[in-house]
Parts: sequence; structure tokens; C-alpha cells
Amino acid sequence: MTMQAASTEIASRTAAIIDEMKGLEGPLLPILHSLQEEFGYLPKDSLPVIADGLNLSRAEVHGVVSFYHDFRAKPAGRHVLKLCQAEACQSMGSDAVAAKVKQLLGIDFHETTRDGSVTLEPVYCLGLCACSPSAMLDGEVIGRLDDEKIEEIVAEVRS
Amino acid sequence: MIPRIYIPADSGALALGAEKVARAIEKELKERGVEAKIVRNGSRGAYFLEPMVEVATDKGRVAYGPVKPSDVKSLFDSGFLTGGHHKRWLGAPDKIPFFAKQTRLTFARCGINDPLSLDAYKSLGGLRGLQNAVAMAPADVVSQVTESGLRGRGGAGFPTGIKWKTVLDTAGAQKYIVCNADEGDSATFADRMIMEGDPFVLIEGMAIAGIATGATKGFVYIRSEYPHAVATMNKAVAIARKAGVLGLNVLGSPNAFDMEIRVGAGAYVCGEETSLLNSLEGKRGVVRAKPPLPAIQGLFGKPTVINNVISLASVPIIMDKGATYYKDFGMGRSRGTIPIQIAGNVKHGGLFETAFGLTLGEIVDDIGGGTASGRPVKAVQVGGPLGAYFPRALFDTPFDYEEFAKRDGLIGHAGITVFDDTADMLKQARFAMEFCAVESCGKCTPCRIGSTRGVEVLDRLAAGIEAEKNLALVTDLCNTMKFGSLCALGGFTPYPVMSSITHFPEDFKPAPARVAAE
Repeated sequence: MTMQAASTEIASRTAAIIDEMKGLEGPLLPILHSLQEEFGYLPKDSLPVIADGLNLSRAEVHGVVSFYHDFRAKPAGRHVLKLCQAEACQSMGSDAVAAKVKQLLGIDFHETTRDGSVTLEPVYCLGLCACSPSAMLDGEVIGRLDDEKIEEIVAEVRS
Repeated sequence: MIPRIYIPADSGALALGAEKVARAIEKELKERGVEAKIVRNGSRGAYFLEPMVEVATDKGRVAYGPVKPSDVKSLFDSGFLTGGHHKRWLGAPDKIPFFAKQTRLTFARCGINDPLSLDAYKSLGGLRGLQNAVAMAPADVVSQVTESGLRGRGGAGFPTGIKWKTVLDTAGAQKYIVCNADEGDSATFADRMIMEGDPFVLIEGMAIAGIATGATKGFVYIRSEYPHAVATMNKAVAIARKAGVLGLNVLGSPNAFDMEIRVGAGAYVCGEETSLLNSLEGKRGVVRAKPPLPAIQGLFGKPTVINNVISLASVPIIMDKGATYYKDFGMGRSRGTIPIQIAGNVKHGGLFETAFGLTLGEIVDDIGGGTASGRPVKAVQVGGPLGAYFPRALFDTPFDYEEFAKRDGLIGHAGITVFDDTADMLKQARFAMEFCAVESCGKCTPCRIGSTRGVEVLDRLAAGIEAEKNLALVTDLCNTMKFGSLCALGGFTPYPVMSSITHFPEDFKPAPARVAAE
């Protein structure tokens, strides 16, 4: 029963967002971003509603959702930590930074800690290439990561 | 006069603690009962000096940097509000060698004022280009841009004016201007800096493009990794609309032009123009075959100008000061200026706008000051993940589209990543293939499958398995990818791979020999 209630609610919140945005030219990506902002991920139950609302097939919607790295199929942890792993950060030791963070959090990239406190993700460039290695914690940018800053970040996401 | 304190809110400065510095300064002002106005400007681009705080004094601006929150008390004690001396004192910003050596045309205003003050924008020459454009015939605007020699700053280097002319000459009830702000290349941050630091120059450039080609609608497609740029651009568009810079009557003229900001979703390949157009349309970001050119059948099948941020942001100064003024900078067929982004393991990292023609060595050694680690420079990757690795032996290469092509490289979006001698070029080559495999849109076989096979072959090389055979195989594979891929992702991934093999063969020797050599 509760499952059904949840899915009805997801459908109605999804429909409201679609109504608001479907007048845009090429509305699908803005709608997906809004849904992810609303739910923290893209619930399976919202995809058929999008397909109906935009007159697309479910396969088309699934194709778009699965193409982009940003869209999540399940909720992330309370914090999302993204570590830049692109070349400029590599030149300043981003490999070692990632290894240390993974070890401290006990998870690998694309994983969430068991207590749900943090999801760890690689990112390929934050445009902070003159202050590498860099990271983004819940949208806040951090440059020139060193051991001290890494420990601070880990303490923050754990608290 | 109430003192004015400038503290950058550019994300590079924020990443280095500008917010904490701002809070410390606010607190100190309050505690001392001093009145001052804090302005949050963009960054001028010297990230080795960020957070760089400036104060406006009777004798002009005085800069201090890099400022830490712990410096704030002593800055006040030293009388920094009137330009007093302090260990972080840098003097007049224009006199700091990193800035004094630059020629700032596109970035002339970036980092000086509040990026969202349209008045400040106008006070430094903003909107003059657009004013000139609305008074001209579209074809004359296009010929000015063609005449200036401006080429696509996104990397392809295609003449901007020619692209515009095709759109102007193509009939269409609706035409579009699309700004490619999907700046995914590592080592590049010029687009981010200008969108965060001088957003109106991009809006002005897009409006000029609209007037020149008959397009009435623009889109800026910004990558989702740039939330600050997205926020600033959204605010700037709203301000421009309210002020009549955008709308049904651009600057009171009969020309209509409006624009929207759109956000990508973490796909590197969407920086490729046709895949970006698909993404804007709400489709998978899959590359389209050309022809048809986007100029003829672009967004929603309509004639579309698609240009990089810096190309569009360079147009206002061309329309303000004239094509000849812009064209007089540069060398060969590379005219005007280029914002070089010096990044990675480098002492003086940041954005350096200059006329084309500096050598790679001048950029890395003289301006960049060598590595941050203090170790010797081993390799420099120019042009992002799809750019070649250059050894010191090629440091005499002048920064110019054709000169780099002659040496099997590309300048791309002008990002430079410096690596010291601890870099393992086999690992870098493998990363290039791996990145291509992850980011491939899947449309064409050489890129989709070639990159995965490339990773496997390089792994065999690293394990010391049949070195000669596998080296020949990866070379052959690179050839197939280069000539058989539909777009630059698969087509240019061979650049970092082959340049690593060509210039750093010692890193590709079988494992036992590598150990013995060390």
C-alpha cells in the first residue's frame, strides 16, 4: 500500500514539473534536472509519466536518462564528494588523493558509505586546473587538496 | 569616500578560500567599526595569487595576495584600506608581471568589477560593439568578423565569419545562436572565468551574432560541473533582458534577440557541436554525421551558429574597435589574441591572454615559472585530453594553429597541462584511451570499440607482453581511429597516445627493461 502511495505521489509531482516546463524548446533535459533536484534521483516511476507528457516512447526516455552520467537511478548519500581525476589534477597527484579518500571512507568511486553519509564520485574536470588537485563537496569547490584538507573533508561528511 | 574592497567570487578563488577571507574581512570591519563596501568581483586569472584581494585607493587599486583568513587582522593593522605595506602586498594589479605582460582584449574587464553590474560593464566599454552592430547591415557585421580573422576558439579553429555567413545566407523562419559552454577539456577554464567574471560580454557577443545572421533565439549550453557559471549567467541574462539588451528591441533597435541558459548532464562528448545540439533537443548526446552542417540544419533542423564561449566573447571588441585592430595581433593565419590557460604542475598557473606567437617554452618556463613541484618538466599536454604531449625538445613551437598541427599537435581550447619528471607516459596514454572508452557516444565503431581495444593493448604493453607487436598494433589502431572516427573524440584520442609513444619511447619499453633503466 505504502509503495503504491509513494509511486502515485511521484507520478503527480512529476506531472506537475512536466506541466511547468513542457513549453520550453527541447524540454527533456531541463525536466530531468528538475526531477533530480526534486527527488534527489530519477525515480523509475517518473519515467513513464515523462514519456506520456512529452509524447515519447519509454525507450526514448530511458535512452536519454542512461546516456548522461549525472542522472541517478537511486538516491545519493547525504553528501556527494566529487574528486577530479582529469589530467591537470593527475599532474598534481590526484591518484594519491583518490586512494587516500577511498581508504578513509572505506568505499570506491560510485559507491555510498553504509551509513548513507557520503557518495564518492570521480569527475573529469571542474575547471579548477590551476589549483589542482580539486574536488567538489555538495557543490562547494575545493582546490589544492592536501592531506589536511582531505581529513577536514572526511571529518565533515562523517559528522 | 567609503573604501571599496574587492574579493573575488570566481570558483577558482572560492576553491582557494575566498569565502573564508570575505567573512574574515567582514568580521574585522565590524569589530573595528570601519565602514567599507565589499565588492565580489570575478578573477583576473592569476590563480597562484588567489584569493587576491584588492582595495580602491586614491592612487588606484592595490592588490594583496594570496590572502589567507589568518592574514586579515594584520592586513588591517598595516592599513591595507589605504594601500599600506604588508607581506601579501602586490601593488597595482596592472603592474604585476603576470598581468603586465598580457594583451587583454577578450578578458579586458574580467575580474575588475562586480560581474553583474551592467553599469560597470558599460563604464569599461561594454555594449559599444552591440551599439555599432545594430546600426549596421547584417552582412557588414559578418564581414567585419570575417575580416578580423577570428577563428573558432573551441579548438577547431574554423573561421567564425564564414560560419556566420552560411547562416546569414541560408533562408529560415527561425535561426538559432548556440553557445558551446561545455568546456570539458582538462586544463581549460577560460569559458568558466568569463561566464563568472564578465557574463555580459558573452551576452553581447551572442546578440551581435543574432543580429548578424537573423537569429532571434540563443542558447548557452553550460556543463553541469560549472554551477557558479550557470548561476551568474542566469542572473546576467535576467538583468540584460530588463535593461533592453535582450528582448524584442535589442538596444531600442528593431532587432529581436533573447536567450536561455541550459545545463548539460555530465557527458564530455556534448562539447562536440552536433552532439551538443542533440542534447539541447532533449536527445542522447550522440554525434551527427556532417553534412548537413549545423549552419544549414542545426538545432531543431534550423540554421544555427554554434560557437565556443571565447569566440563569441571576442566579437564585442571586434565590433567596437574594428576588424583591423583585432587582426593586427597574432601571427600567420592565427589572428588576434588567445587566452592561454596554464595548468597542472606549474608554479604560476592561470589565464594568460596574449597575441598568438609565444613559444611553448616561453609559456611554460617564463610565464608559468616551471613546475610547482620544483622538478624538471617532462611533458606538456596542449589542448586538453585530446591534445598531444610535447617534450622539452619541441618547446620552440610557436602558439599558432598551423605550427602546432605541423608538429602533430593541436592548440585546442588553449589549455596547457604541465607534468614533471614523475609522469609515466604509458599511464597517460592509457588514460587517454580509457577516457575515450568511457565518454564515447557509441555512434561510430573506431571510437566505441577502438578505445576499449586501445586500453587492452596498452595494458599488455605495460605488462611487457610482446612489446614490439603491441606497439605496432596500437599505432595501427590509432591510425584507424584518427581517420575512421566521426568526430574529434575518437579522431583525436590518438594525439596523446601517439605523441607519448613518439616522444617518450623509454616509457613504453617492456617492464623488465624499465626497471633496469631506473
